[in-house]
Amino acid sequence: MILFYLSSGLFLGWSLGGNDAANVFGTAVGSRMVRFRTAATICSLFVVIGAVNGGGGTTQTLGNLGAVDALAGSFMVALAAAVTVMWMTRVGLPVSTSQAIVGAILGWNLFAGRLTDWDSLRDIVLTWVVCPLLAGAIAALIFLLIRFLLSRSRIHLLTLDMYVRLGLLLVGAFGAYSLGANNIANVVGVFVPSSPFDDFRIHGQLLLTSEQLLFLLGGLAIAVGVFTYSHRVMKTVGASLMKLSPEAALIVVLAQALVLFLFASEELESFLQARNLPALPLVPISSSQAVVGAIIGIGIAKGGKGIHYRTLGEIGSGWVTTPICAGLLAFVSLFFLQNVFHLDVAQRLNYCLDQVVIEKLAQQGVTDPGLMNLEGKEYNRAQRLNAELRRETQLDRLQRARVVAAAECVDYRLDPDLIKDTLDPAWFSVEQLAAIDTLTGREFQRAWEFLEALEAETQDWRPQPGHSKAKARNLEAKREYMLRTFRVQDGQ
Amino acid sequence: MPFVFRTTKELEAQIDSFLNAVSEGALLYRQSLASYLGGKLEKFEERLTALRRLETKADDLRRQVENHLYRHSLIPEHRGDVLGLLESMDNIINSAKKSLVILSVETPHIPEEWHPFYLELADMAVAAAEQCVLAARAFFRDVRSVGDCLHKVYFFEKEADKIAEQLKRKIFGSDLDLSQKFHLRNAVVHVDALADMAEDSADRLRIYAIKRSP
Repeated sequence: MILFYLSSGLFLGWSLGGNDAANVFGTAVGSRMVRFRTAATICSLFVVIGAVNGGGGTTQTLGNLGAVDALAGSFMVALAAAVTVMWMTRVGLPVSTSQAIVGAILGWNLFAGRLTDWDSLRDIVLTWVVCPLLAGAIAALIFLLIRFLLSRSRIHLLTLDMYVRLGLLLVGAFGAYSLGANNIANVVGVFVPSSPFDDFRIHGQLLLTSEQLLFLLGGLAIAVGVFTYSHRVMKTVGASLMKLSPEAALIVVLAQALVLFLFASEELESFLQARNLPALPLVPISSSQAVVGAIIGIGIAKGGKGIHYRTLGEIGSGWVTTPICAGLLAFVSLFFLQNVFHLDVAQRLNYCLDQVVIEKLAQQGVTDPGLMNLEGKEYNRAQRLNAELRRETQLDRLQRARVVAAAECVDYRLDPDLIKDTLDPAWFSVEQLAAIDTLTGREFQRAWEFLEALEAETQDWRPQPGHSKAKARNLEAKREYMLRTFRVQDGQ
Repeated sequence: MPFVFRTTKELEAQIDSFLNAVSEGALLYRQSLASYLGGKLEKFEERLTALRRLETKADDLRRQVENHLYRHSLIPEHRGDVLGLLESMDNIINSAKKSLVILSVETPHIPEEWHPFYLELADMAVAAAEQCVLAARAFFRDVRSVGDCLHKVYFFEKEADKIAEQLKRKIFGSDLDLSQKFHLRNAVVHVDALADMAEDSADRLRIYAIKRSP
């Protein structure tokens, strides 16, 4: 059953592998610089490595946008995105998996009555616009640099050919890694909050988290797509659509890989933040649009001839049409799944504003006399509570989001058996484990109450401003793990 | 990778050897013609034999390069151009050999007062071929300087045409028998053919260079 639910994501992965691998190795294979088998092997290997190793950042961004928390919902969100991609491709409209999945998640938010994180959405949409521009700028710069170097190197045509061949393999591997890291969120990102897997450990040593296991599966689906479907696409890309010289192809792939990497690398984000530099948001982007941007960048560097401005318009229209199509499709199909097949497409959450919540909000500086009017009322949709808050209070959007988060009611119980059987002592510090032991048997009705109780026991559970990005993310993963593990499921 | 590196270096060496053969062939042609006009027929035959060997060597090298390029799928973008270039360069040395073979077989009697014209015509044709070889070398290493060589090829070819025309006018304005006039005219045409072949190669190179320029 789990595999059935995952199948839509895997199908999306297969289609991504079939189509987007061509962006990485298409010209190399189409122009016969690299054999398909070599390209497919390198591409698959590095996509999987990229997905498992670097897929966390973009997945978190998608998770912020909307945490699809029921497997059936994840299934339908991924399926809606996949069908949108397939249908738009067939009709000949420009389409991107990233944009389809974002639309589908928004559709789920709307259907499940969850609030959309507008800041995340703004980051995502801005990134889509920036991505082709950045790819174009990078490609133009590299093109000018390479042209300058080549004009002075008097390198033999055949030696150049050999370097380009080698470069296409290396850059292709980097491109595949970046594609895996950036786009795996599109494939299995929506399954992460409802991941059916446990962490994979051998002798207490954590090898792969449940998230990474999902990424591995998604990466393998992409790899299957590369081997089974991408050859034809690569031939088309290499031979007809993009009449690029191998040198230009190398630049295009490098620019695309760099852009995908920039918007996926958590290491780079930490590096920039550690030096007080602005970090790029980690957002899944469209590799095809990065490629088009890079080609246009080279065109401009060459003097601006032969640029198809219509293509730019088509990309722009894709930013709007794809999410709308996927969102509508997701909404309608979720309706059918829930009402015809009686499947839970989202966890049923209740929101209740009681005195405890209002006091907690006051501590956070969120106060409004209108909150008292809502005290004691229960809501089963975040959007309803949000609408009520908008009517009754003067709170702004961010404050309302805080109220909704604080009012969310979920039961947690620190079951002693679960602590013994599930928790891996090797992953937690001694203090953290001691805190869990102290709380054994306790029950909580809200996530923040549970986390506050943990924090009260030891500093090790508390996020500190001085923490490095990696450390903060690690702590966040542990906190989320606790919430996931000790949540009381319906009927328990 | 070391294998590819070795193959590449071998191939570069073969292309260089091929161009050397064409260049040497052109120079040898000029010397052979001088020997023929000077009446040193033994020396002429020796040089013709040397030219034949060079021409065979150039053919072999060209075929090896062609095989290599296709077997290892090298320079897919420019493979056809390189093959076309090598074949047209090969025509230059073929034309030189053919011209000398005709002299050897037909032994036309060329009056002494026209010897300087024939030698000057050969100088221009050889210079055109030489510049063409330089342009071909530039095509592989420094495509931007191909143009510098090509305009010299066109210059020398035009000069050769002018001299050939003058010579033909002199031949047909003389009191020689018509049969001898035709014979001498034929010799002029064959010397001039060398320059024409260089021009053909230059025309191809011009287009290939545009395709290669970044």
